[in-house]
Amino acid sequence: MIDLENVAYSYGGGELLSDISVKLAPGSFHFLTGPSGAGKTTLLKLCYGALLPTAGHVRLFEADVRTLERDDIAMIRRKVGVVHQDVQFLDHLPVRDNVALPLTVSGRHAEAAGDDLGELMAWVGLTNRADALPPELSGGERQRAALARAVIMSPEVVLADEPTGNVDWEMSQRLLKLLVELNRMGKTVLIATHDLSLIRAAKAQVQARVLRISNRRVQLAGADL
Amino acid sequence: MRFDLQTLRALLAGDRHADRVVPPTGFTAQLTVFASGAMAFLAVFALALSLASGRLAETWGDELARTATIRIVAPEDQRAIQTTAALEVLSTTPGIASARALTDAEQQALLAPWFGQDLPLDTLPVPRLIEIVAADQGFDATGLRLRLAAEVPGAVLDDHVRWREPLVSAANRLRLLGWTAALLILGAVAAMVTLAANAALAANAQVVAVLRLVGATDGYIAQAFVRRFTLRAFAGSAVGVIIGLTAVWFMPSGGDTPGFLTGIGFQGIGWLVPLLLPFISALVALLATAYAAGRALRTLT
Repeated sequence: MIDLENVAYSYGGGELLSDISVKLAPGSFHFLTGPSGAGKTTLLKLCYGALLPTAGHVRLFEADVRTLERDDIAMIRRKVGVVHQDVQFLDHLPVRDNVALPLTVSGRHAEAAGDDLGELMAWVGLTNRADALPPELSGGERQRAALARAVIMSPEVVLADEPTGNVDWEMSQRLLKLLVELNRMGKTVLIATHDLSLIRAAKAQVQARVLRISNRRVQLAGADL
Repeated sequence: MRFDLQTLRALLAGDRHADRVVPPTGFTAQLTVFASGAMAFLAVFALALSLASGRLAETWGDELARTATIRIVAPEDQRAIQTTAALEVLSTTPGIASARALTDAEQQALLAPWFGQDLPLDTLPVPRLIEIVAADQGFDATGLRLRLAAEVPGAVLDDHVRWREPLVSAANRLRLLGWTAALLILGAVAAMVTLAANAALAANAQVVAVLRLVGATDGYIAQAFVRRFTLRAFAGSAVGVIIGLTAVWFMPSGGDTPGFLTGIGFQGIGWLVPLLLPFISALVALLATAYAAGRALRTLT
């Protein structure tokens, strides 16, 4: 599904990631952890074609990302839902339209989604905020709206970069529950976080692999997590 | 952004949802509409100038090419004889529709602007003038000159070439300048729309990032901007053309007195030419925005 083989990534003369090999199998649940600045976000961006590796191979759905045209990468992003810590929305559109945006850009419209959109808004607990504008949302509401937007196309993979970074403990548990539910639906989930308590809470609910970035390389974390 | 029938159809038909993904940007919108309108207004005048020059060149070319003059410069006692002889020669010259000697009154009228109405023509050595109107196929001026030299020594043929050609050339040059001005105006529209589109894309970098994140292709993103700028250019240009045509309509007419300045305007089907400007502006805006968007999207990450 997503396969990184001996990947390196350099920026501004310095190597951020080195000799990374990670395979995200269908239906798996991964955490990616490490200190701030270790390269978690960079690795996540490599996983959906936002960055190209400077060495090695990134295969997204069997296709080497280097061989893909820009439009091909856009098509792949429809199969990969992404949630960032600093979620960005189209601030002039209500939450409902922002959540339906992946449908809109793929030529399907929110009206066509109909009940599905309503159910999705209810699933993330934003039914009563559907008509609000993004700047009116709290941090937790923004994260949930971003999660709804990430999964509306029923992607095969969900990538979340510090999804609980800006929310309180209760909200982070709620978001984690949603991500675990997605995994139980068969979605592959990769969460980048430095929040070890979130990882521990997740491991109580789902079988998750924890990958740690250290010294530019990825290692499988031990049982201490 | 690729251009094919499907893209063009999508542009024309529009997509209510796709149109909404780009936020309305007041400043660039007003700038584009205003600049397109102003440019269209100027283009209407450039076209009016060009078309009027074209008409003038045709008029001068046609009318003057079909007329010529013979001056009979001879002693007074020979003048009438040579005039008759010249008319005789002309009557047997192929390509001449008619020829007649001007009367004293007509010659006096020609000289009146310089010498006044009371000019005693019979006391002055004024040459007799013969007006020639050529048939459609024209006549052989060189041949006629040779015959006149042999048979009417005092006759001098003036086929107006010397002063007609510079006039027609000037009118043609003016027409070319008019079209050049119109093309430059369209070029300015393209430059302005490119700048405005670049500004809009830069101002909407976050929108572009969000659209890319959710799987929008560059073509989709570009189309949202292209359609918006194309419609703005069309609307602004349409308003500019209407105002320009109204201004041309109300320009003072010279009435029966022919003149260049009073002749600037449109005639007949010429009034339809400026109506093409909004469509041309829209096409220019479409191409300019597609170019700007293509470039900007390649650099925006």
